[in-house]
Amino acid sequence: MNRKIRVLASKPGLDGHDRGIKVICRGLRDAGMEVIYTGLRQTPQQIASAALEEDVDVVAMSILSGAHDVLLPRVADLLKERRMEHVLLIAGGIIPEEDIDPLKQKGIREIFGPGTTIKEIKDYIITALAES
Amino acid sequence: MCDNNNIIRKEKTRWAETSSEKPTGDCMTDWGKPVEWLYTPADIEGLDYLSDIGFPGEYPFVRGVHPTMYLRRQWTMRQYAGFGTAEDTNRRYKYLLEQGQTGLSVAFDLPTQIGYDSDNPMSEGEVGKVGVAVDSLQDMEIMFDGISLDEISTSMTINAPAGILLAMYVVVAEKKGISPKKLRGTIQNDILKEYTARGTYIFPPRPSIRLITDIFEYCSKEIPQWNTVNVGGYHMREAGCSAVQEIAFSFSNAIAYIEAALKAGLDIDSFAPRISWIFNTHNKIFEEVAKYRAARKVWAKILKERYHAKNPKSWMLRFHTQTSGVSLTAQQPENNLIRVAYQALSAILGGAQSLAACSFDEALAIPTEKSVRLSLRTQQILAHEAGVTDTVDPLGGSYYVEALTKKMEEEITALIAKIDEMGGAIAAIEKGFIQREIEHRAYEIQKEIEENRRIVVGVNKYKTDETIHSALFKSDPAVAVRQTEKLQSLKGSRDNEKVRTALGSVRKAAQGNENLMPHFLNAVRCYATLGEICDVLREVFGEYMAVQTL
Repeated sequence: MNRKIRVLASKPGLDGHDRGIKVICRGLRDAGMEVIYTGLRQTPQQIASAALEEDVDVVAMSILSGAHDVLLPRVADLLKERRMEHVLLIAGGIIPEEDIDPLKQKGIREIFGPGTTIKEIKDYIITALAES
Repeated sequence: MCDNNNIIRKEKTRWAETSSEKPTGDCMTDWGKPVEWLYTPADIEGLDYLSDIGFPGEYPFVRGVHPTMYLRRQWTMRQYAGFGTAEDTNRRYKYLLEQGQTGLSVAFDLPTQIGYDSDNPMSEGEVGKVGVAVDSLQDMEIMFDGISLDEISTSMTINAPAGILLAMYVVVAEKKGISPKKLRGTIQNDILKEYTARGTYIFPPRPSIRLITDIFEYCSKEIPQWNTVNVGGYHMREAGCSAVQEIAFSFSNAIAYIEAALKAGLDIDSFAPRISWIFNTHNKIFEEVAKYRAARKVWAKILKERYHAKNPKSWMLRFHTQTSGVSLTAQQPENNLIRVAYQALSAILGGAQSLAACSFDEALAIPTEKSVRLSLRTQQILAHEAGVTDTVDPLGGSYYVEALTKKMEEEITALIAKIDEMGGAIAAIEKGFIQREIEHRAYEIQKEIEENRRIVVGVNKYKTDETIHSALFKSDPAVAVRQTEKLQSLKGSRDNEKVRTALGSVRKAAQGNENLMPHFLNAVRCYATLGEICDVLREVFGEYMAVQTL
């Protein structure tokens, strides 16, 4: 139980806006988590493979390009295929209100919009992992 | 004068010490230096009006690049726009022009910016989302249908494949019977900041810069009124850097382009007058104005003293600015109207040549027709009602603004020297220096917001529980299907043998030293797709692997 929480932070798709995800990487590290950042332009396959190889507890994806409806559920499906349902899948970025429920139904556990604090994300991760 | 300033200093100390009130906190500049409680003539001691500030339209251009500034010509009102298919975007352009916009600015979707056709697997989910999808000349023809390219200037935010998109624009004009010599506009073509902030790189730095140099050379002869590069501080500022870093980092990038062009044998005055800029106008009004005043001076000095440019046009920093996207909030989005209006005011007080005002709903979606019209009206109210254009550089002579201008000039110059010592912008990027500086400051700002040391109205103060209004732009999921169908029918109807030959000549030119522009023109003319041309370049040049800084 002393193992640090391991987080894979990633940018799915072609979106280059990485200010948010980089801030979150630093924030979660300062909060004591182990964070691996994949960098830009990750395909769902690359994200799922990295999650498996790095044996992470959380996959956090940031997307501001509007491709969330296609790419995020694909990551969820690939994690399921690889029997990694236990991994906490979360996302953030510019995601319209009406897209949030459909994404949650497809396995994205929580969506964080603009204005979210690092603390809110950190607290959510700790609580959600403790519950599962 | 000195004696007088000593007296002022003494008197200021007396005034401050005996004042019945004191400021409650220390204000800081955007780049972390204290702001004085009050500025006096003593703060601009040693500043010589004629040599340090001078007159607008004359070296060192502190007060503006034109003698009359907005008294003779308004800035270009150029909203950044593009979404869906070329048909959708053509309709939006016509709407904006009808509403009084005076220039066009094309937002391409991410696959276009990264050189993938809409039917490439990498494009999935991204087609037509953050901009318009352009796969071939056909899309460009549709996008500018009914728009007079000899009358309007067009700015295209395109970097890695800039030469190819420019070639498409030239051929569209050619088909309308307009000579390239008459075309006015801009391609961003600023690859270095893609590595540090914006992320739409394709190729590694060396071949990327060769592409830029090819464009400089070709355009200086064939498209002489075209701005061949639009060097950007905007995106690095959005990603987190300070106002000083914004200018210094973008100037260092431009220095790298100049060095490459000189090395390729170009004369400085053959390309420097066509270097244009895009900066970010952020929240702090006086600092933004001072930033532009200082930047004009630093740039003029670099071109005149370091590169010995003779043509005064080479010394002039002509810039477009967009208000700050990152300062907009998803919470209480109407507040963004006010932020944008203040930022637009700063841009005009700072002497911008061209302006895009963000729309209030941009933290949530692509702007609607109504929200983008409000942005345009914000500009028009400034131009016609506010009186800020009635005289040149109205803030010149303010003790505060002049002191800030001087301070920023010093700090920008020092930071450029630091990057020079590292071996220039490319070396600084390869070492991850610029990326880390940006990341570091972005994180510090976030901590300030979370600890309430920095107030963001509606986010960490004056919060409400209201839900976001619903009149947002919705993207059309059928765009990708339509683009794929267009591509299929194009590939069935064009002369594929001609395309193969054209692509072969692109490959040969890329492998050698021949200028690529005529080959791009040749390829787009026979409807080779953007993806096909970029694939050839990818094979020859390879792809950039990002430096990991985290």
